[in-house]
Amino acid sequence: MNAILSLIAVIGLVLIPLIGVKGANLHFLFGIVVPYIAIIVFLIGVISRVMKWGRVPVPFCIPTTCGQQQSLPWIKQSKLDNPSTTSGVVGRMLLEVLLFRSLFSNTKFELREGPKLSYGSTKWLWLGGLAFHWSFFIVLVRHIRLFTEPVPAFLKNVEALDGFLQVGIPGVLISGVVLLLAVTYLFLRRVFVPQVRYISLAADYFPLFLIMSIAITGILMRYFLRVDLVSIKTLTMGLVTFNTKIPEGISVIFYIHLLLVSTLIAYIPYSKIMHLGGVLLSPTRNLPNNSRMVRHVNPWNYPVEVHTYQEYEDEFRDKMKNAGLPVEKE
Amino acid sequence: MYNGGKIIAGLIIFVGLFTFPIFYNMGKTSAMPEPKLDTPVIKQLVEKRCVESKEYMRANHMQLLDNWRDLVIREGNLVYESTGGKKYIMSLQNTCMHCHSNKKEFCDKCHNYANVKPYCWSCHIPPKENEI
Ligand code: HEC
Ligand code: HEC
Ligand code: HEC
Repeated sequence: MNAILSLIAVIGLVLIPLIGVKGANLHFLFGIVVPYIAIIVFLIGVISRVMKWGRVPVPFCIPTTCGQQQSLPWIKQSKLDNPSTTSGVVGRMLLEVLLFRSLFSNTKFELREGPKLSYGSTKWLWLGGLAFHWSFFIVLVRHIRLFTEPVPAFLKNVEALDGFLQVGIPGVLISGVVLLLAVTYLFLRRVFVPQVRYISLAADYFPLFLIMSIAITGILMRYFLRVDLVSIKTLTMGLVTFNTKIPEGISVIFYIHLLLVSTLIAYIPYSKIMHLGGVLLSPTRNLPNNSRMVRHVNPWNYPVEVHTYQEYEDEFRDKMKNAGLPVEKE
Repeated sequence: MYNGGKIIAGLIIFVGLFTFPIFYNMGKTSAMPEPKLDTPVIKQLVEKRCVESKEYMRANHMQLLDNWRDLVIREGNLVYESTGGKKYIMSLQNTCMHCHSNKKEFCDKCHNYANVKPYCWSCHIPPKENEI
C-alpha cells in the first residue's frame, strides 16, 4: 500500500509537466520558476534543519562503542571502533561516510532445523548502498558540465573514466546504469524481505521511486529519446547566471526530468535523505569516547541552589545547641 | 547553539559548494553557441538543408553517425536515403565534413560547450583548416 501510494505520487509528478508543457505551454513555469523555488526551499530547509539540530543539547557522552575502549596501557584499544581522540572520531566518521563501515558489519540470523540459531554476515545491503551512493555522486558531479562555462578540465577525465567501456554513441556511462540497478535493488529488497517490508513506510518508497524515475528519464534522454543538449545547457546556464531563457526545441522529457529533480531537491531537507547532514551531527558518531578522561558537562545544567550541611549548621548552630543537638563545629 | 562555530562553518562550506556554479560563472553571459554554416559547399546549396531536419540533427546526429558506421562497416550498405528521399553516401569524412568543412567553427563549437570530445578523430581525418 505504501509503495503503491508512492508510485502514484511519482507518476503524478511525471504527468504534471507532460500536461503542463505539452498541453499548456508552461515552459517558463517548469523550466525556470520550479527549479529556482526548489533550490530556495532546499537551502532554507537544510540551513534551518541543521541549525535546529545544533540547538539541541547533548546531555551525555554517548558515542557508540564497538570495540575495546582506551584503558590501561597494556590493553590494546580499538582506535577506530572506540575512538578516544578527535582524530579517531574523524577517522571513524570518514570511513563511515565514504565506505559505510557500519553496514559492512551487518549480520543476519536464521532459525535452522534443530532448532539452531545461526548468525552470518550479510554484505548485500552494504554493497547496494555503496554502489547507489557512489554512482549517484558521480552522476551529480558529471552534471556540473551543464552549469559551468568553460567546463572545468577534470570533468573530461571523470567522463572518460565513467565511459571507458566505449560502447555505443553516446558512450554508455557506467555510473548511470549502476545507479538504476542499485536503486532497483534497494527497492526490491524492501518488497521481498518480509521484515524490511514490514517496517517500510511511504517515506521510504517515495524517494526510491523518485530517484528511479530520475535515473530512467536521464537514461532515456541520453540513449533513447535524444534531446538537444546545447539548448538544454543554454537553459541551465541561464539559471546559474540569472539571465534566464527558454530556448526553442527542448523536448518534454527534459521538463519531466527537471521537475523530478526539483522535487527531490526540495524534498531532501524534510525527509530521511537529510541523513547527509545528520550523520555528521549524530552524537553517537561525533563524540570521542573519553568519558573517563574529560568530564562531559551537560549543557542543560543550570546553577542549582544548594544548601550544604555546613551552611545549615552555620545558620542554625545556636538553636541546635540550645536544643542539645550535636554540632560538628563548636 | 552548541558547537555553533563548527556547525556554521560547515553550513557555509556546504552552501558555497552547492552554489559554486553561480560564483564560477559570475559576470559571464552565457550565449548559445552558433555553429557556423558558411562553408563553400553549403553556400552553393540551393536548399540549405542537412541530411535530416535541423532539429533532428541537433539532437540525434551522433546516433545517425553510429547508425551509418554500423550500416557501412557491418552490412556493406553505402547509401542512406533521408526522410526527404534524397540519397547520401554514408561517410563521416566525405559527406558530413564535405559540407561542414569547418570542423573547428561547427562541430567543435557545440562540443566544447557540451564538454564532449568525440574520439572519432583519432582515426578519421578532420578537414584541413587554418589553425586559429
Ligand atoms: C548543435 C550543436 C552540435 C553540432 C553542430 C555538432 N554536434 Fe556533435 N554533439 C553535440 C552534443 C551536445 C553532443 C553530446 C550529446 C551527449 O553527450 O548526450 C554531441 C556528440 C557527438 C558525438 C558523440 C560523442 C560521444 O562521445 O558521445 C559525435 C560522434 C558527434 N557529436 C559528431 C559530430 C560531428 C562530426 C559534427 C560536425 C559535422 C557535430 N557532431 C556537430 C552537439 C553538436
Ligand atoms: C548537403 C550538405 C550537408 C551534409 C552532407 C551534412 N550537413 Fe549538416 N547541415 C547542413 C546545413 C545546410 C545545415 C543547416 C540546416 C538548417 O539551418 O536548417 C546543417 C545543420 C547541421 C546541424 C545543426 C546545426 C545547428 O545550427 O543547429 C548538425 C548538428 C549537422 N548539420 C550535422 C551534420 C552531420 C553529423 C552530418 C553527417 C551525418 C551532416 N551534418 C551532413 C548541410 C549538410
Ligand atoms: C579505431 C579507429 C576508428 C575510430 C576511433 C572511429 N572510426 Fe569510423 N571508421 C574506421 C575505419 C577503419 C572505417 C572503415 C573505412 C572504410 O572502410 O572505408 C571507418 C568507417 C566509418 C564510417 C563509414 C565510412 C566512412 O567513410 O565514413 C563512419 C560513418 C564512421 N566510421 C563513423 C565514425 C564515428 C562517428 C566515429 C566516432 C564516434 C568513428 N567512426 C571512430 C576507424 C575508426
